[in-house]
Amino acid sequence: MDVEILSRIQFAFTVAFHYIYPPLSIGIGLLMVVFESIYIRTKKKEYEVLAKFWTKLFAITFGIGVVTGIVMEFEFGTNWATYSRYVGDIFGSALAAEGIFAFALESSALGVLLFGWNRVKPWVHLVATWAVFLGSMFSAVWIVIANSWQQTPAGYHIVGEGMQARAEIVDFWAMVFNPSSVDRLTHVWLGAFLAGSFLILSVHAYYILKGKYVVLSKKAFKITLVVAAVSSLAQLFTGHGSAEGVSENQPAKLAAMEGHFEEEAAADLYLLGWVDKESQSVTGLKVSGGLSFMLHQDFETPVTGLNAFPEEDRPSQVNAVFQFYHLMVAIGMFLIALSLFALWQWKRGKLFEKKWLLWTFVFTALLPQLANQFGWFAAEMGRQPWVVYGLLRTSDALSKSVQANQVLFSLILFFVVYFILFLLFIYLMNKKIKSGPNSDIDFDEGSLNKEIADVVSSK
Amino acid sequence: METFLGLDYPTWWFLVVGGLFSGYAILDGFDFGAGAWHMFFRQNKSRETALKAIDPTWHGNEVWLVIGGGTLFAGFPVFYGTLFSAMYTPFILFLLFIIFRGISIKFRNMEEMLWWRRMWDWGYSISSIMLAVLLGVVLGNILNGMPLDQDFEYTGRGFFEFLNPFSILVGVTSLALFMMHGAIYLLLKTEGKLYNRIQQFLKIGIAFFIIAYIITTVYGFFNLEHLLQVFNDNKALYVVPFLVFLSIANVPRLASKKQYGWAFIFTSLTIALLLVIVAFELYPRLLLSNSDIENSITIYNAAASTKTLKIMMGFVAVGGPLVLLYSYFVYKTFWGKVQTDAEGY
Repeated sequence: MDVEILSRIQFAFTVAFHYIYPPLSIGIGLLMVVFESIYIRTKKKEYEVLAKFWTKLFAITFGIGVVTGIVMEFEFGTNWATYSRYVGDIFGSALAAEGIFAFALESSALGVLLFGWNRVKPWVHLVATWAVFLGSMFSAVWIVIANSWQQTPAGYHIVGEGMQARAEIVDFWAMVFNPSSVDRLTHVWLGAFLAGSFLILSVHAYYILKGKYVVLSKKAFKITLVVAAVSSLAQLFTGHGSAEGVSENQPAKLAAMEGHFEEEAAADLYLLGWVDKESQSVTGLKVSGGLSFMLHQDFETPVTGLNAFPEEDRPSQVNAVFQFYHLMVAIGMFLIALSLFALWQWKRGKLFEKKWLLWTFVFTALLPQLANQFGWFAAEMGRQPWVVYGLLRTSDALSKSVQANQVLFSLILFFVVYFILFLLFIYLMNKKIKSGPNSDIDFDEGSLNKEIADVVSSK
Repeated sequence: METFLGLDYPTWWFLVVGGLFSGYAILDGFDFGAGAWHMFFRQNKSRETALKAIDPTWHGNEVWLVIGGGTLFAGFPVFYGTLFSAMYTPFILFLLFIIFRGISIKFRNMEEMLWWRRMWDWGYSISSIMLAVLLGVVLGNILNGMPLDQDFEYTGRGFFEFLNPFSILVGVTSLALFMMHGAIYLLLKTEGKLYNRIQQFLKIGIAFFIIAYIITTVYGFFNLEHLLQVFNDNKALYVVPFLVFLSIANVPRLASKKQYGWAFIFTSLTIALLLVIVAFELYPRLLLSNSDIENSITIYNAAASTKTLKIMMGFVAVGGPLVLLYSYFVYKTFWGKVQTDAEGY
């Protein structure tokens, strides 16, 4: 294998693995802030217990997110030196801003969040929790801006030629608010809220099913369900906005997402399907002219297809882009349906009576994670063969001095280390969840304990 | 070229990046040092206390690495690309040890089993030692220079080229420096028997550093003549090495008087001054091309556009004080000796 494919595999692997954690941190962080704020306002012990319990799980996801994130920051230099020189002015600035304005805030406040319960006043601790949450939201801002600039470059000009060519900032705010950054940022934030909230729903559904911490879990479940429902519905709008943006700015990517080949023809919308690149056809279940309708509110309007682009300027993995995109959408729809159904059951007062529903929530924790991964795979594979859309090809972006055997060596190391890391993550999360919210917290008074005891003993 | 307060923007940015990496070396340096001593503590209790001494703050210290990396990428993209691809193997190892150190600290106390704790103790200690050495090795290679072509691409090949006598010496010296620094930090955070034991360690640490430092300096003096040029051109600059000498000499003096707070300030100052020497030795060069000096990377041919540098000076002007404020607040919260009450996550 050559350096290019090895470096691409390494980058995809390390960034995909990294992306398991930050969305969880943002999503859990949001609910941590909610629980602790309620506790500070109402002084009800159960919300303190919830805040502390989720802080423990947050600590694990945050820790792995940070260490795997540092890898990302330096991998641009190690494996993509030409890319780094080309985009340093812009991409580098966004990374520097992330460090200064976001990462510094969350990492400093983390110490107080984890170790400060007895050292600072409750409201100071709440401020620290907010700081960690907001810091992680700001991190997403700068990282998504940097990536969006790769998708839809704006506010720059190119200086120099050949190997010395570089993009320089002309208009900072045009660079920040490039055509895709707002749609994609909101999409990423909501994806993170979904990842976090469905994990929390999963854990508390499990407790309710097992008859443990039932009172506590019901309260947590209801609050989190509202967040999940709102996020999943809102995701529909940001997703639609993103798709419109892609059709305008990256038509080749959009065409790949729906397997649309003809240069100028009405385009179909597939619910599911399989793309055969050789015969340029898609087999599957479709709404004829559906994509045209989605974009132009008319079933007949032509949409630019893949054949409008020279072979070397369009994504080669059409079927993969198609599948990742459709799986993401399908999961999104399922999450909307599930959370709305649960809200309806809640209104009927039967939310916690249907065992199958609770079990569905237990397993649904995986789905937003998958949707986040699939969405990014569709976005990044759909941008190929470009690393900076229309400006710099992925194959030209490599480190010229790095050899295949070096990348193979590092790739194997990353596989081994991340595999161990993942096992540890699952093991520790499982252990913390099994041992439950009040395992090592002094919790001998208050009505809640008694309530729980009553519920458990009545079983 | 546009200037600000008499200095051009690339020079300002050279100072900013240098300042950030000095801050990183001082702050994470004592974490590395504490980690390097970790396996010399025999009892579980001692190791727990030593770990608690750094647990609430090491995350904040790592921020300096992240910001330093970002500002280097943004300010000197050419240097960032060349350095990290040329030093591929040491940087990949550095990143993996950053991971190991982080999870070792995080996961150690999540299980009671002795083998579990011992495993993470080893992970923490070995990765701390390797991080200290690797940082030094990379610095040694920067000081040494490396073969570059006219596109500023590294032309050396192979897995182990980053290991040469000078880079290894700098690696060992940084380990020794951080071990001295870390031992003093631990003295500020511990009491009783452990405190007494670390006092013994500090003596070894100081001796280790002074020996390593002298050998490295003598070797550099005879073999890396390009580094001496700036001092020979301007003899007044010899005041900096003299200050380093005074700063180092203060450490054993203050240690013998048990004034560890002051000793800590002087080990921090030593780290900063050593990096000031590095800055003088390099400026305005960032990376000497020892195949053809014309291909050397300087702050001028590596810098981002003046507009970008100005924007980022704004970031630093706004964000820098904020970062210092956060750090101040966190250190103030956890000031003083480690409390061994059962708090944590």
